[in-house]
Amino acid sequence: MVQLNLPANSKVEKGQYYKDKTGSKNIRKINIYRWDPSKNENPRLDTYEVDMDNCSSKVLDVLNKIKNEIDPSIAYRRSCAHGVCGSCAMNMNGKNGLACTKSHSELDGDIDIYPLPHLKVLKDLIGDLSTLYKQYESVEPWLKTSKVNDKENIQSKDDRAKLDGLYECIMCACCSTSCPSYWWNGEKYLGPAVLLQAYRWIIDSRDEDRKERLKKVADELKLYRCHTILNCTNACPKGLNPAKAIAEIKKMLATA
Amino acid sequence: MSAYKIIDHEYDVVVLGAGGSGLRAAVGLSEAGLKTACVSKVFPTRSHTSAAQGGISAALGNMGEDDWRWHMYDTVKGADWLGDQDSIEYLCKEAPAAVLELEKYGVPFSRTDDGKIYQRPFGGMTKNYGNETVQRTCAAADRTGHAILHTLYGQALKHNTEFFIEYFALDLIMKDGACKGIIAWNLNDGTIHRFRSHTTIIATGGYGKVYYSATSAHTCTGDGNAMALRAGLPLQDMEFVQFHPTGIYGHGTLISEGVRGEGGYLVNSKGERFMERYAPKAKDLASRDVVSRSIAVEINEGRGIGKEQDHVHLHIDHLDPKVIDERLPGISEASKLFANVDVTKEPIPVVPTVHYNMGGIPTNYKAEVLTLNGSEKTVPGLMAIGEAACVSVHGANRLGSNSLIDLVVFGRAAAKRAAELVKPGMKHDEIDKNETDRCLDRFDKLRNSEGSNPTSELRLSMQKTMQSKCAVFRTEKTLKEGVDEIRKPYDGMDSLSVKDKSLIFNTDLVETLEFDNLIRQAITTMDSAYHRKESRGAHAREDFPKRDDENYMQHTLSWCNGSKTKINYRPVHRSTLTNDVQYFPPQERVY
Repeated sequence: MVQLNLPANSKVEKGQYYKDKTGSKNIRKINIYRWDPSKNENPRLDTYEVDMDNCSSKVLDVLNKIKNEIDPSIAYRRSCAHGVCGSCAMNMNGKNGLACTKSHSELDGDIDIYPLPHLKVLKDLIGDLSTLYKQYESVEPWLKTSKVNDKENIQSKDDRAKLDGLYECIMCACCSTSCPSYWWNGEKYLGPAVLLQAYRWIIDSRDEDRKERLKKVADELKLYRCHTILNCTNACPKGLNPAKAIAEIKKMLATA
Repeated sequence: MSAYKIIDHEYDVVVLGAGGSGLRAAVGLSEAGLKTACVSKVFPTRSHTSAAQGGISAALGNMGEDDWRWHMYDTVKGADWLGDQDSIEYLCKEAPAAVLELEKYGVPFSRTDDGKIYQRPFGGMTKNYGNETVQRTCAAADRTGHAILHTLYGQALKHNTEFFIEYFALDLIMKDGACKGIIAWNLNDGTIHRFRSHTTIIATGGYGKVYYSATSAHTCTGDGNAMALRAGLPLQDMEFVQFHPTGIYGHGTLISEGVRGEGGYLVNSKGERFMERYAPKAKDLASRDVVSRSIAVEINEGRGIGKEQDHVHLHIDHLDPKVIDERLPGISEASKLFANVDVTKEPIPVVPTVHYNMGGIPTNYKAEVLTLNGSEKTVPGLMAIGEAACVSVHGANRLGSNSLIDLVVFGRAAAKRAAELVKPGMKHDEIDKNETDRCLDRFDKLRNSEGSNPTSELRLSMQKTMQSKCAVFRTEKTLKEGVDEIRKPYDGMDSLSVKDKSLIFNTDLVETLEFDNLIRQAITTMDSAYHRKESRGAHAREDFPKRDDENYMQHTLSWCNGSKTKINYRPVHRSTLTNDVQYFPPQERVY
């Protein structure tokens, strides 16, 4: 008989509880997903009581406070702390975002912090983005131009404005990992982050490879797995609109 | 010591770091046909180059007449005559081609009405040797660093550069005074890797995190600088730490100088545009050390804003919202997020915040690392570029938008020089086992620390000491106290506590290794500052308010063994590289 089992490590168990030691009257419970690859254990949800009277405003500040003052073993990526490097993307109270720009005051109740959904977890809040990076590489994110003179390409202000809303992408993967199509077909569907980047080069007036670029993404799986669910646009912490970029690619293909 | 499995690699060149300079070097090396590894503790686009906002300087002359010699003069003056003029000539002369190359790579620069690269005014950038403001700083809105970093990563992909991502470098492998490669720890699977290479290029960025409040990323821990120190090499001009005039008060997020370039201005609690008093000509666009000191004086004399009177205001609410939207969108976003300010209606609360390290690993203009052995000597097999290096083009104070150009000009120079020195497929030296063991001993000792001092506490103590004793204004007293105090967190490592003993993404250990790197740089910074008894650029001594060219027109070199430093000096290069330009002799520096 067929046995249906959840994949290994998908059951999250109750973890340790770290009680406040500061005597603070303003305590908030922070639940954090923990998984250590070197131990043969299921993931768990550890709970930390945090003194919010002495904590700065963002979720990353809460995490840093926990790591510095309560439990140094917790692992997460972080770097710039102001929303430009894209390192600290994670899932907070059910929504993807950057811990460094998300105010904890915007989140209700206890704060639940998980890695970005549907990534292989490497440790605690650190997800494996290698597939997404490979897909990014596959759209050949560089300018293709035959001009070799020592002058710059001339680009009108209007043509340059077409790159606004695209080049600002920080590759945090909040969008792609919020997309049900990407969850299901992440190996083959390029996903919103990468398609936004594909479109950034397709629409660059300086690029001479538009036709080829379009041809390359015009694929049942690579592109057309987008079912306009729009989770991506909803999730983008930079206010970009990957769904629109994907729609533009589809439109260009339809009218080509 | 635990047994570590070591995985060996052989490359013609290893680039350590994948920010702007590391990526530009990697692209050049791949183009030259050299087998190149680029090793980075973060994915390339996470590097701190992404945080650079305002722009990249180059005398393109797209917005009026310009000349690289004027750019050179401004840089020499901005550096308060501590820069090496041969290197500065190279930087400014090569700058226009380097920017045009970036444009060809695909950087989405903002445009002028006739479709050329848009350039904005920036602090200290002038026309005709200091006469009036010039528009020299090429911009992609206020996200220039981000745009350049992502574009360079694309170029590296195009050239099939081999990346080793989320590898934390531990130490240089040295043999008879030459560098033979590096040892790194792969965070993804916990393995140790030994990279043998004919040339190693350090591109690990600055070490802003020795301070409590900095615009720097958490990852700006100057790992390469510390590796050089541990290899017995000196760091140069470490006392010169740039405070950016406009970090968001209370949070430290950078507000670009481009804001003042586009017409923004500073006011004190009396509503005065105080920069008019300190720099009658350049006003808010004086160089950064000057503006930061002026703000500090305003605050010290009771004209600061807020309950604690401890910051000033930066206004752009008089600008056309369309201009803000087109040229400063990132600033609007950051001000909203971190100061809860709508920049079209309210001023931004700002305060001088640690931003950039002029000091670093001494190099010549070809990016070859220098040491002092009687006279200047190059270190075979070792190069440094970017903020990690001290070329020295920024001298005692860097001009805004000169850092991004430094990255690409010297990234390219390093690749060029390496291609002259290394031929593809050259045979590698054997490496002494002791050298590997020395490095792994340190790693293993830190990993198995069972003491009582958490890394975070020692780091905080270091950061607070740097912040209070080695700030915008310095005195003999504060520095003397600093020299003693900064050694306490170092000594605290005798009883260090590292809780996580695992090897896969052990960020407890990463932060500990980073602290071990930071504290050595904090010590050299403090000691170098203590020994420089003059005021020059970013190093302002209240007890020695004047520049002293007779005694101190010299680069400080600082070696550090444990917590013991050795300080020495080497003369500033007082000549240019070619006859295309004359040497600029020291003058009084007024803006």
